[in-house]
Amino acid sequence: MPETIVSLAALAVLFVDLGIMRSAAGKFRRMVAAAFGGMGCLVAIFWMCQVHQESGREVLNGMLVVDPLTQLVKQALLVLTVFTAVVSLDSSFTDHVGEYFALLLLATVGMMFLVSSENLLMIFISLELTSLSLYILTAFNKQNPGSAEAALKYFLFGGMAAAFTLFGLSLLYGLSGSIELRPIAAALKGKGLDPLLAAAIVMTVIGLGFKIAAVPFHLWAPDAYQGAPTPSAALIASGSKVASFFILAKVMMIGFAGAEGSGAWRAYESGWVPLLALIAALSMLLGNLAAIAQSNVKRLLAYSAIAHGGYALLGVLTDNLLGVASLVYYVITYGLTVLGAFAVAAAVEERAGEARMSDFAGLSRRAPLLSFCMMIFMLSLAGIPPLAGFFGKFYLFTAAVGAQPETLGLLWLVGFAIAMSAVSLYYYLQVLKQIFAVEAPQDAPPVRPSAPFTVAVVLVAAGIVLLGCAPELLVGRLMATIRAAGF
Amino acid sequence: MLHWTIYISFFGVVVLTLLQRDNARAARIVALLTALAGFAVALIGTVQAGAGVNTFCDFAWVPTLGIHYHLAADGISLTLVLLTGLAAVAGILFSWNIEHRAKEFFAFYLALIGGVYGVFLSFDLFLLFVFYELAIIPKYFLIAIWGSTRKEYGAMKLALYSFVGSAMVLIGIVAAYVVAGAKTTGLFELAKYPFPERFQCWAFPLVFVGFAILAGLWPFHTWAPTGHVAAPTAASMLLAGVVMKLGAYGALRVAMTLFPLGLKGWHGAIAVLAVVGIVYGAMVALTQKDLKFVIGYSSVSHMGFVLLGLMTLNAIGLSGAVLQMFSHGVIAGLLFAVVGRMVYDRTHTRELDALEEMRLGRALPFAAVTFVIASVASMGLPGFSGFVAELQVLIGAWHSFPTLTLCAGAGILVSVAYTLRVLQKAFLGEARKSAENSRSQPESELPPISVPERIGALVLVSATLLIGLYPRLLLDLIVPSWNSPLFDGLRKAGAL
Repeated sequence: MPETIVSLAALAVLFVDLGIMRSAAGKFRRMVAAAFGGMGCLVAIFWMCQVHQESGREVLNGMLVVDPLTQLVKQALLVLTVFTAVVSLDSSFTDHVGEYFALLLLATVGMMFLVSSENLLMIFISLELTSLSLYILTAFNKQNPGSAEAALKYFLFGGMAAAFTLFGLSLLYGLSGSIELRPIAAALKGKGLDPLLAAAIVMTVIGLGFKIAAVPFHLWAPDAYQGAPTPSAALIASGSKVASFFILAKVMMIGFAGAEGSGAWRAYESGWVPLLALIAALSMLLGNLAAIAQSNVKRLLAYSAIAHGGYALLGVLTDNLLGVASLVYYVITYGLTVLGAFAVAAAVEERAGEARMSDFAGLSRRAPLLSFCMMIFMLSLAGIPPLAGFFGKFYLFTAAVGAQPETLGLLWLVGFAIAMSAVSLYYYLQVLKQIFAVEAPQDAPPVRPSAPFTVAVVLVAAGIVLLGCAPELLVGRLMATIRAAGF
Repeated sequence: MLHWTIYISFFGVVVLTLLQRDNARAARIVALLTALAGFAVALIGTVQAGAGVNTFCDFAWVPTLGIHYHLAADGISLTLVLLTGLAAVAGILFSWNIEHRAKEFFAFYLALIGGVYGVFLSFDLFLLFVFYELAIIPKYFLIAIWGSTRKEYGAMKLALYSFVGSAMVLIGIVAAYVVAGAKTTGLFELAKYPFPERFQCWAFPLVFVGFAILAGLWPFHTWAPTGHVAAPTAASMLLAGVVMKLGAYGALRVAMTLFPLGLKGWHGAIAVLAVVGIVYGAMVALTQKDLKFVIGYSSVSHMGFVLLGLMTLNAIGLSGAVLQMFSHGVIAGLLFAVVGRMVYDRTHTRELDALEEMRLGRALPFAAVTFVIASVASMGLPGFSGFVAELQVLIGAWHSFPTLTLCAGAGILVSVAYTLRVLQKAFLGEARKSAENSRSQPESELPPISVPERIGALVLVSATLLIGLYPRLLLDLIVPSWNSPLFDGLRKAGAL
C-alpha cells in the first residue's frame, strides 16, 4: 500500500536523521531528509501507477476504498508533498530536521487515508492524524512567538471542530445504524429531513468547514498561515485543502444523498446544498474583501484561500459527476499554485525576515526568474487565462450552472463568484505591482535561493501553464476515473 | 496563414525575454522586426483570403467540454487584423526612445499585440475569451511601469474596468453554453442555436455591455480618458487604436451574433447611450486643459459612432461601424503619437496654456503639420477615412433613428469646435503671443523630430488617406461578411 511506503519513509527519515546525522550541518541534513522523504513519495506514486489495476475496490474489510479516482487524488497529494519538501530545503527555522520532515510525511499519510475512507471512523481518525501533524508543523518555528500563537489558535479551533465532527458523525450513526457512507445513504433514503438529520448535517459541515477554512469557521486561517513556517503553511494550504475538499464532497454527495435540498434562486428547499451555498457565498465575500486590506503576502494568501474555498464549494454543490471532476481539477491546480506562491514568499522571507508587501518591492530585478513564476501564480489565482486557475474556474462554473440546465438555478451563486473574482484581481495586482513596478530600495538584500528550490518553483509554474493550456491532460483522466468510481 | 500573426508575436515575447537585460537597442530591433513580420503576414493573408469565413486551424482542444481551438477570419476580422498590424508597427516606431527597462516594455507590448490578434481571429467562444483576458494584464504593466500622470491609478482603473466587463461576459458565456446543451463553445454552432427569447433578454445586455465597457460605452467610459493619459505613448496608441476595438468587436461577434432577439429589444436604448457618448465626449473634450485628455475624450466620442453604427441594424450602418473602427484606430493612434511622443517627450508638458507659449508651429513644424492632418481627419473632412466611416454610420442611423442621428450630427459640430480650439492653442497660437515670445526662444532647444517618428507618422497618414480616397479597399472585405451564416440569426430577426 502506498500509505505504508510513505509511513516507512517517515520512519526512515527519523531514524537516519536522529541516529546518524545529528552532528552534520543543517543544510546537509535537510538535503538528506528531503531526499529520503521525496524518494518515499515518488516510490509510492510509482507503486500506484503500476498496480492500481489489480487492486480491488475495498481493502481491510471495507475500511479503505481504493479506486482509480482516489489513486489519482493520492498521487496529486504526494506530488504536492514532494514539492513542499523541496521548498523546505532553504528554510533554516529549526534544528529538528528529522522530526520536521517525518511530520510532513505523516500529515501526508493522514491525508491519503482521508481520501480513501468511506467509513465514519476512518474519516475521523485520518482527520485527526492530519490535523495533529499540522498543528505541530505550525508550531515548528520556535524563535518566532507568532508561530506558537498560530499553532495554539489552530489547535483550539481544530479541537472544537473535531468535537463537532464527532458529534455529527455519531448522530449519523444513531440515525442510520451504520458507519459506512453508502449504507448510511441507503438507510436514510426516503426519510426526509428530520431535525436530527439536519443537526447531523450542520455538525458535520462545521467540522469539515473548519478544515477547508470556510466562513464562518475560518478564523484560524489568517493567523496560522502568517505565523506558521512558510513550508508548513504551504502544506496546510495545498495538500490539506485537496484532501479535505475531497472528503467533504464524498460525505455530502454519498453519505447525505437524498438530503440535498435545493439552493436554486426562488426554489429554496432545505438540505445541505443551500447550507453549503450560503457558506460558499460568505467565504467568497469575506475572503476577497478582507484580502484587499492585507499588507502581508502570507496573510493575503490566507484570505484568498478562504475565497478560493468558496469557489471550490461550488463543485460540491453541483452534486454530480461533473461537479466532482471540476472540484478535483480545481483543488489540485489551486494546491499547486498556492504552493508555488508560498515558496516564493518563503524565499523572500528567508532574506527579509518577513513577507510584507514592501519586502517584495523590485523583486523582478533581484530575482527575475522567481518573479516571473510569481506572476504566473498570482495570475492563475486571479483566474487569468491561459493558466490553470482560469480553466479550473470555468470548469467549476459551467458544472455548477449545468447542474440545473433548465432553470439555471445556481446561476446567482456563479454570477456572484465571477463578480468576486473580478474583485480579487485588485489585490493580486497589488502584489505584482510591488514586484514589477516599484523600484527596490537601495539596501534590499538579493534573493538567491538554492538550485533545487528554484527548479521546484519553475516546475510548479510550468505545470500550471501546462494544465492551463492543455487541461484535457487532467480532465480526460478525471472523467474516466470518476465514472469508474461510481459517484 | 493569418494565425501566424499570433504565434509570431508571442515568439517575439520569448526572444525578448531571452535578451540581455540592458540592451535597449536589440530589444527595439527585435520588437520592430516582430511587428513588421506580423503586419506582413496580415497583409499577405488578407490578400489571399477568399470570400466568407477562412478557417486556418480547428481542432478539439478540450474534447470533454467541446472546446475547439478554432482560428478563422471573415472580412471583419481581416480589417481589424490589418489595423492591429499597422498600429503595432507604428507604436514601436513611436517608442524608439524608450531606454528604461526596454526589453520588458517591448515584451509586454508584443504580448498585448498577440492577445489582440488572437481575439480577432477566434471563432470559438472560449478561445476568444482566453485571448480577450490575456490582453488585460500587459496593459496594466505597460501603464503602471512606464506611464506618467497618476499611472498606478490609471492602470488599476483600466484593469478593473476590463476585468469587470469580462466578468459580465463570462457569466453570459457560461449561461449560454449551458442553455445550448453544454456540448460546444464553437461560435458557428452556438449562433445556430435558438436561445429562448426570455434568456436573450437578459443575456444580451449583460454580454454586450460587458464588452462595450472596453469600447468606451457611456457611462462606463471613465477608464478611457484616465487610462489614455496615464499610458506611455505606444500604449495609449494601442489602447485607443486597437484595445477599444476589442470591446466593439466582441460586442458584435458574441453578443449581437448569439442573441439577435435580445438585440432587437435593446438596440434603441443602447443607441441612445451611444449618442450620449458622442455628444458628451465631444463637449467634455471642449473644456479640457490637458492635450491628452482632449484626445482621450474625443476617443469616447468617436467610439460612440462605432456603437451607434452597430445599433442601426442595417448593412450600411454596420459596415460603417467596422470602417470607423479601422479609421479611428489609425487617426487616434496618430493623434496620441503627436501629443505623447513628439510634443510631450520634448516639452514635458501637455497643458494647453503652457504649449501656447512655446509656438510649436515654428519649433516643431513636422509635428504641427502631422497634427493638423490628424485633426482634420478626425473632424471628418472628406478625403480622409473618418469621413467615409461616419457618413455611413449616419446614413445607416437615419433609417433607424432620425432624431438620434440629428443629435449625433450636432456631436460632429462640437468635435469641429474642440479640434479647432486645440489646433489654435497648441500649434498655431503664435500670432497673438509672438511679440513677447520672440525674446526668449525656448523652443529652439527642442530636439528635432527623429526618423522613426517621421516614418511612423507617414505610415499612419497614408493609411487614413488611402482608405479615405478609396474606401472600397476595406468595404469590399467588410460588406460581403454580413452574408455569412454567422449572421443568419440577425437576418431572421429582421435585423440586417
